[in-house]
This record gives sequence, structure tokens and C-alpha cells, in this order.
Amino acid sequence: MTAEALLPQVIAGLATGGIYASLALALVMIYQATHLVNFAQGEMAMFATYIAWALINAGLGYWPAFFLTVGIAFVLGVIIERIIIRPVENAPVLAVVVVFIGLLVILNSVAGWIFTYTIKSFPSPFPIEPLFGIRFMSPHQLGAIGVTLGVLALLYAFFRFTPLGLAMRAAAQNPESSRLVGIRVGWMLALGWGLAAAIGAVAGMMVAPIVYLDPNMMGGVLLYAFAAALLGGIDSPGGAVLGGLVVGVLENVLGAFVIGNELKLVVALVLIIGVLLVRPSGFFGRVHVSRV
Amino acid sequence: MLLEVKALHASYGPTRVLHGIDFGLDEGSITTLLGANGAGKTTTLRALCGMVKTSGEIRFAGKRVEGRQTEDIVRLGVAHVPDGRGTFANLSTEENLRLGAYTRRDKAAVQGDLERVYGYFPRLKERRRQQAGTLSGGEQQMLAVSRALMLRPKLLLLDEPSFGLAPLLVQELFSILRAINEKERVSMLLVEQNAAMALELADRAYLIETGRMVLSGAAADVKRDDSVRRAYLGY
Repeated sequence: MTAEALLPQVIAGLATGGIYASLALALVMIYQATHLVNFAQGEMAMFATYIAWALINAGLGYWPAFFLTVGIAFVLGVIIERIIIRPVENAPVLAVVVVFIGLLVILNSVAGWIFTYTIKSFPSPFPIEPLFGIRFMSPHQLGAIGVTLGVLALLYAFFRFTPLGLAMRAAAQNPESSRLVGIRVGWMLALGWGLAAAIGAVAGMMVAPIVYLDPNMMGGVLLYAFAAALLGGIDSPGGAVLGGLVVGVLENVLGAFVIGNELKLVVALVLIIGVLLVRPSGFFGRVHVSRV
Repeated sequence: MLLEVKALHASYGPTRVLHGIDFGLDEGSITTLLGANGAGKTTTLRALCGMVKTSGEIRFAGKRVEGRQTEDIVRLGVAHVPDGRGTFANLSTEENLRLGAYTRRDKAAVQGDLERVYGYFPRLKERRRQQAGTLSGGEQQMLAVSRALMLRPKLLLLDEPSFGLAPLLVQELFSILRAINEKERVSMLLVEQNAAMALELADRAYLIETGRMVLSGAAADVKRDDSVRRAYLGY
């Protein structure tokens, strides 16, 4: 294996890794607020991507459809939290997990029912010709990396520099003290769901030109995102991003040179099991100690 | 009266903690609530903030507030320094303070208030960028008081602010509380184990025993009461 053969695989890995990173970040955001992994995150992204497809088919340009979809996904995320998640807020863990899985199945079936299970192609907004004269990377890969970085930068700025972002961080880590300074914690959770759904929508629209659009398109992607979030530490946003990139590169390089493309998904599964066995807190996760 | 409480009951699930207490607090005054562990002091403060289920009547600045959401009571100007300090451990000291002013719309004045609390507690200024969870217990207690002040409250509820502090720090904290009360006319309801210090600071005192008010009066009179002296002051 030469460096010349390796480089394109690494770069392709970074491109898909960025998409995994976005979805992993969405998982981490909901985990931080609820301490649960949202199994329906992938299907929410898939559904949003169908909405984008329908908007584009209805004659909207790609970018108007893109931003409209992000907005719709945000609103749907807030509605899901208010109507479906809120009533089980204080329910036992398993009950909530069952709700998440129910949500997954419902979104999957409704998408199949409305849009059929026929595989559709989804457009890329980026041109076919090489961007900026870069030949070792497809324009879509380059564009997806750019979009992902843009989303991450926006999120970072939002959480770091705005009062609302600060209030959301506070509500996630200390709900009682948050109420005592007047933060409406319930709404912060709903906003978190909205943001997670919006990020997922971006990830879905970026990955759909690669994996094609069908109701099961996010199954594999979500597994990689799980692996990424666990690798980075399930409660660390920065870790999720790094984990996503690492998983993307590993998946591509191992798939191309070691285990073959058919067994790529095994990389994610081995990582999930490996991290949980060896270092459950991941790269940057907090180790939780509780008094019993 | 700024705060008027009538026949306040409170319970955690089936366990009743307060059995109909009455008390009040004058505007600009410091009132202390004394009592043994488990008497219901913390619960009284939590009841005022809508953090436990209650029945009875709570009037704040003329408005009925019982049954309202905690977030809404805070917006009326009630700041709470909770039991256990309630630090946002993963946020910086300054972020903790900014959260205290979360409901305020006068953003320009918030910056000034930040400097003002740094003036009271210079140590916090030194540690403004530090993660609040890494502050010492005493510093976190100062942070909790400062965070509450950032609301510019009309009423400050203090739940054992002396807890875990070295005696010198307790004196310093209490003299700052007195200064805040005198200069800024912030009314305070102080729950304390350290009865001697609390009676020194307060204008009025109430004594609570197993969920019932058993004694009330001017702090100076309560201090002279024989039973209080034996049980809470220890001489």
C-alpha cells in the first residue's frame, strides 16, 4: 500500500467522517440533556432528507430547500420533544428507550408509506467539475466537509457566546439551579431536540448523494455515529466530532485495504464493543462515580 | 410586608414536612429562620420558590405566588442561594454569574453588577475563567451568593450560607450580607445552623420545630429567650 493509494481513502474518510461527526454531535446533545441515546436520531435525519427531496421535486432550488428543511426539522424536533418525549421525562430508562425505538419504527414506516421504499437519487449541490482545481477529492466530498465545518463552527459560537447557548448548557447539567436563575428548563430541552434534529437534517442531506435516499439509508450511518460518539466520550461534543473523523477514516482505510468494503460496518461494531470494554468514557468523556 | 405566608403546608410525597406555618418579612429587613436539622427550614425556602408541593398562601410583594413555577417566581425578584450551593460545576465562574442575571433585560447594567459582586468578593474575580467546580467550598459559597445577587433581587433566600466555611470566612460573609442589605435594601430570609451569627445579623427571628413555628420575635428578644439559648446557642 503506497501513500498515493492511501491519501484518497483518508480524505474520503474525512468527508464521510464529518457527516458521522454531525450525527454523533446530535446524539451527544440529546444525551447531555436526557442521559439517553436517541435511537431515532438517524430516522429523524432520513425523514428530513425526504422533506428536502419533496421540496426540490416541487421546484424549489437546492439551497432554499436545504435551509427550509433545516427549519422544518428544527420545528419537528421541538414538537417531538414536547409531545412524545416530555410525557416520559421521569419514566424509567427502559420505557424511554422503547419510546425512542417506537419513534424510529414509526418514522421509518411513515417515510416508506409516503415516499415508497424505492431507492431515489438525491442531488448534490456541488458541481461535477473539480472545485478549486483539487483532483484527489470529489467536489461533493469537499463540499460536505465545508458544510460540516460550517455547522460545527455555528454550533460552537452559539453555545459559547450567546446567552441562550449558555442557558442550554446550564439546563443540561444542573436543571434545579437553572430553574433558580429563571431558565425555563423544559423549553431548553425542546430547543436541544430541535437543534439535534436540524443538525441531523444537514447530515442526512450531505450523506444522501453518497448512500442514495431510501427509508433505511441512515441505519449504517447511525451505527458509525454511535461508534463516533462513544469513541469521543458520549458526553463530549468535541470528542464526538473527533470520534466522527476517526471513525470515517478508519472505516474507509480498513475497508479499502484490509477487510474489504462488504465488512466496513464491522469496524463500527468492533469500535463500539471495544470502547465499552476498554475505556467506556471514550477519549474525553467524564468518568461518572456515584455513591451507592 | 414584602413576604406574607399563611398556613403553609408542604410535603414530599406522603411525608408531610410543614404543618401550617405563618410568618412574614418586612421590606428591607433580614429575618432568620432557626431550627434543628429536619425541622423544615430548607423546605420552607423551597416552598417559597415553588420547588415542593404546597398548600396555603404565599404573598410576595402583594401577589399570590403559591403554585407558580419556580422560573416565574424568580422573575418577580426572588433569588435563592440553595442548600448545597447549586454551582454549575462545568461552567466558568463568570458564566455562573452571568446565568444569575439570565432573566434580566438591562444587559448594560449586568456588566456593572458583575464588577460590583467582584468588588464584594475579589477572589471570584481572580478565578473568573476557572471552572466553578474546581473552586474551594468557601469560594463556591461566595459564588452562590454572588449569582443570586446578579438577579438584583428584592428578596434573597439564603440556605445555610455558613455551611462548611471557616469561622473567619463566616464573619466576612455575614458582614458582606449586612452591607448588601444596608446599601442595596435587599431583604433577606436567612436559614442557619449557626444561630448565634444569624441572630446577630437578623432583625427578626422565627423558630421552627418539626414543621411548626414555635417562637417569633425581634432577634434581640429571641436571643434572650431561655429555651433558645439552651437549645440553639449552647450556653
